Amino acid sequence: METVSRIHASNLVAFAKDKPAVLVLSADLTSSCEADLFRDTFPDRFYTMGMAEQNMMGFAGGLAREGFEPYLHTFAVFLTRRVFDQVAMSVAYPNLPVRMVGFLPGLTTPGGVTHQAIDDVALMRVLPNMTILESGDATDVESVLDVAHAIPGPVYIRQLRGLLPRLFPKNEPMAFNHARILSQGDDVALLTSGITTQYAMEAVTRLQAGGVSVSHLHVSTLKPFTDPQVLEVLKSARHGVVTVENHSIIGGLGSAVAEVMAENGVGTRLRRLGIQDVYAHGASREYLLAEYGLDTSAIEGAVFELLGRGEELERRSDSKVRAVVEDKNRVEDL
Amino acid sequence: MQDVKAESSWRPVALKVARGIRRRVLEHTISNNGGYLSQACSSAEILATLYTRVMNLGPSEAPLVPPPFPGVPALNNPHSFTGAGYNGPKGPQWDRFFFSPVHYALVLYSLLIEVGRLGEDGLGQFNKDGSTVELIGAEHSPGHEVTAGSLAQCISQAGGVALARRIRREPGKVWVFLSDGEFQEGQTWEAINALRYHGLDNVGIYVDANGQQCDGKMEEVGLIEPLSERLRAFGAVVREVPGHDLDALANAGLEPWTGGPLVVVARTNPCNGLDLLDERAPKLHYVRFKSTEETDRYRKALDELKKGGE
Repeated sequence: METVSRIHASNLVAFAKDKPAVLVLSADLTSSCEADLFRDTFPDRFYTMGMAEQNMMGFAGGLAREGFEPYLHTFAVFLTRRVFDQVAMSVAYPNLPVRMVGFLPGLTTPGGVTHQAIDDVALMRVLPNMTILESGDATDVESVLDVAHAIPGPVYIRQLRGLLPRLFPKNEPMAFNHARILSQGDDVALLTSGITTQYAMEAVTRLQAGGVSVSHLHVSTLKPFTDPQVLEVLKSARHGVVTVENHSIIGGLGSAVAEVMAENGVGTRLRRLGIQDVYAHGASREYLLAEYGLDTSAIEGAVFELLGRGEELERRSDSKVRAVVEDKNRVEDL
Repeated sequence: MQDVKAESSWRPVALKVARGIRRRVLEHTISNNGGYLSQACSSAEILATLYTRVMNLGPSEAPLVPPPFPGVPALNNPHSFTGAGYNGPKGPQWDRFFFSPVHYALVLYSLLIEVGRLGEDGLGQFNKDGSTVELIGAEHSPGHEVTAGSLAQCISQAGGVALARRIRREPGKVWVFLSDGEFQEGQTWEAINALRYHGLDNVGIYVDANGQQCDGKMEEVGLIEPLSERLRAFGAVVREVPGHDLDALANAGLEPWTGGPLVVVARTNPCNGLDLLDERAPKLHYVRFKSTEETDRYRKALDELKKGGE
């Protein structure tokens, strides 16, 4: 698998080159959010707003009212939770084309509870007019700005930085409100978003080798959540549905799927993998994904549980997988 | 509409407008048994001076009778609008007005009537269901351009507009009307800081420093003083003036400044022009009369105001 580095930095410059209305506003995390190349390339379109996110959000609203298209760069926690009322009143209510590019989603940072955005999707989902996009690989990061640019209202982007895998072909860009179908099958429907897709793809490969048939969708538009492909795979899943998100299981992808299932009378079981309504702490990504039940083993375990094939897991030595089957409240025990 | 901008004619007009604001707000407070009355008393001269002398606004582009509520801004609602049309057209040379403490909405509506931008019966729709003439103004309300009721958010939005106008090299200014209570919000200071850092001297801010807030006297609720010194320390150009003195208010905004935002700290009296109101101090935020006897006394005061205005 190819890995690439600092895709957002170069893509932002290429994207903005022929769009003079695009401005970048940063709240003292310019390099950390890969906006430094833009700053150096288009200094007249870059505005440092200091560590003052509330004011930055208002400035962005004012600029957008005047026909500019501001791209705000800072960590996701500071773009959503810290400035929730400002997002709602200065940007979302007037339906302004402000693009909030939030970095360090969920457990992608060892920065601990202050830096881990585990509730950002939930917060942005309850705001009318808001669109939510999430990148899952280098190709998504390269194309998410084009998707956002085409939306005539506010957009929150859960963005990735640094070294990234390329899971999806470079010539197949992210499409608005259109999930990527990564595999098709009718035992279980698996819907994943963000970085969890990479782990889910590995899980699917192993499940398929074990004779399990899985429909796997990579969801990059979390709001609106009206992609007809989603309902189709939910309906076709004979044994149940698994969602995986790098976020609280409340208010994010899992909740959105539950709402679609309930509204449409899709009568099958749903297992939501994600952060189980607890706070996280500072540690490496791999450690945290295992601890909070988001890694490949956890995903396999959830599928096996729906299939009623927990005994197969017993034969394996992977204690984490067994934990998924035996104890739904495993996070508290680990 | 008469030319209220002419150097020779503005003072009597401003005086008449300020009196008209007090009269209309008092009248309304009596007939509805409730209203933001002290805010009219403190800010009447500030707003009258802004509209008749300081701001360079073109004629209103909005209907004299406010249109009904068109629905909230949304992708599927092409009909939503702001109330900015009452402040004239947008254009490089024109000034823009941003109204932050939107619980003063009744004061602004009354002013718009006084300066001929809103019809005489514009207040007929005040606080009526389906109307844009809302109790707490939002961006669809006459004279409003942003949704500012969550205090301290207006100044940042106006800052963004000012930055956009500077990028486009527009000569017009951005005026913001603030209440002093908003200096208890951190965002106000973030905004002053940013306006100064980015050298946005196309922003002029008038503060109605009436020393009152919802819970009572500001000094008993939260500290903002010494306000002018604090603002100067943040790099703002500060002019502190007696807030009912038309000439002082006008000169503070007309005298050029550079380097960052201008803040005119207008020291006002929340009972100015209506001494009776002082009996209710320190609870002046929202006035609701307690007895018919009290209402009658305010009716008498209204009669006096009406006589004085003629």
